[in-house]
Amino acid sequence: MIYDVIILGTGPAGYTAALYTSRAFLKTLMLAGPQDGGQLTITTEVDNYPGFGKGILGPQLMEEMKAQVVRFGTEIKLEQASSVARLASSKGFVVETLEKNKYEAKTIIVATGASAKYLGLPSETRLMGKGVSACATCDGFFFKGKEVVVIGGGDTAMEEANFLTKFATKVTIIHRRDEFRASKIMLERSQKNPKITFLTNKIVEEVLGETSVSGVKLKDAKTGEVSEFPTQGFFLAIGHQPNTEFLRGVVELDEKGYIALYKANMTDKADMLVPQTRTSVEGIFAAGDCVDPRYRQAVVAAGMGCMAAMDAEKWLEEQS
Amino acid sequence: MHITVTDSEFQTKVMESDKPVLVDFWAVWCGPCRMQDPILEELDKELGDKGVIAKLNVDENPATAGKYGIMSIPTLMLFHKGQVMKQWIGVQSKEVLKAEFDKLVS
Repeated sequence: MIYDVIILGTGPAGYTAALYTSRAFLKTLMLAGPQDGGQLTITTEVDNYPGFGKGILGPQLMEEMKAQVVRFGTEIKLEQASSVARLASSKGFVVETLEKNKYEAKTIIVATGASAKYLGLPSETRLMGKGVSACATCDGFFFKGKEVVVIGGGDTAMEEANFLTKFATKVTIIHRRDEFRASKIMLERSQKNPKITFLTNKIVEEVLGETSVSGVKLKDAKTGEVSEFPTQGFFLAIGHQPNTEFLRGVVELDEKGYIALYKANMTDKADMLVPQTRTSVEGIFAAGDCVDPRYRQAVVAAGMGCMAAMDAEKWLEEQS
Repeated sequence: MHITVTDSEFQTKVMESDKPVLVDFWAVWCGPCRMQDPILEELDKELGDKGVIAKLNVDENPATAGKYGIMSIPTLMLFHKGQVMKQWIGVQSKEVLKAEFDKLVS
């Protein structure tokens, strides 16, 4: 069995791509990857995705997207792609999964998204799930009546900190600079929250604790002074990295691991009509957070998913 | 076999079970726990009567979750003959879980 399209990832980019390919009667298979539904499944209210007057919960939004593609015949497997290779015999591709299955398709759309970044400290790995977490909405509950820290200075850090005040008695945002990347509205909300305090210019040296987190060792970015700060929860919100490692050597990636897309010459009219979502390999397209270090929004990913589907469809037409 | 287990039943249904029991610590508000569900259902089918999958709601059963120091869900713990054989934090694939069961039952 050869699929027309295999889509890697089931976030907004993947589902939108599947919606378009399956509605175009292309035989479509989605491989969900390690986090079925993507990053929105670990958020709460989504207020910036259009079409939901009262807002919608992230996991619910993803279930709706799934129902929509299933309605048009998309097949979804709860497997994770481990490699993509060109078929020797034809122009198609073969995707191998961690579950040791192989699937063949004429074209591939990569929509594997991004995952939360960790600091890379051994103490952080050791205490993972024992007070170290990169998902406040998943783990906040276990910190009822406790004091926690959030590491980071962007919107995610502010959002996580605000969410954690529902459970924790005190939330301290620790940031390595004194300026914040967070948007004004998000930063102000945190500053106004009486349960949130800020510790700036502090670099995390180590997470402390034997069997569970008991504190954090900090170094002042300006004076170099080392101090310890007691805490029971250590939440990371220091950004994301694209889930593209398995594609290294297959398609071109940039220095941060994002998939490099074809860059059209904007002064050349003909060049601007080239498919915008094509990767360095003909027949492989990409969309969403795995190509986008800048916007990282569900609605942007969905839009790019649509583009990738239309590009793939056109490409398939040209091949036949 | 797929069962639910509470704080008061933990001793009899898990610790005293004659088959290996995989306990899934979960909650309704946990997004990733929903992802684990279909994987556990498939695992359950493959295991047949060789093992038990027990769901424990941490909201309703804080004593057991507290006893095992659960601070992140989904957490999966495999018990056999009253002993903790293995613990996983975060969503796990069927293959990973099945491999541990296979070590205990042949």
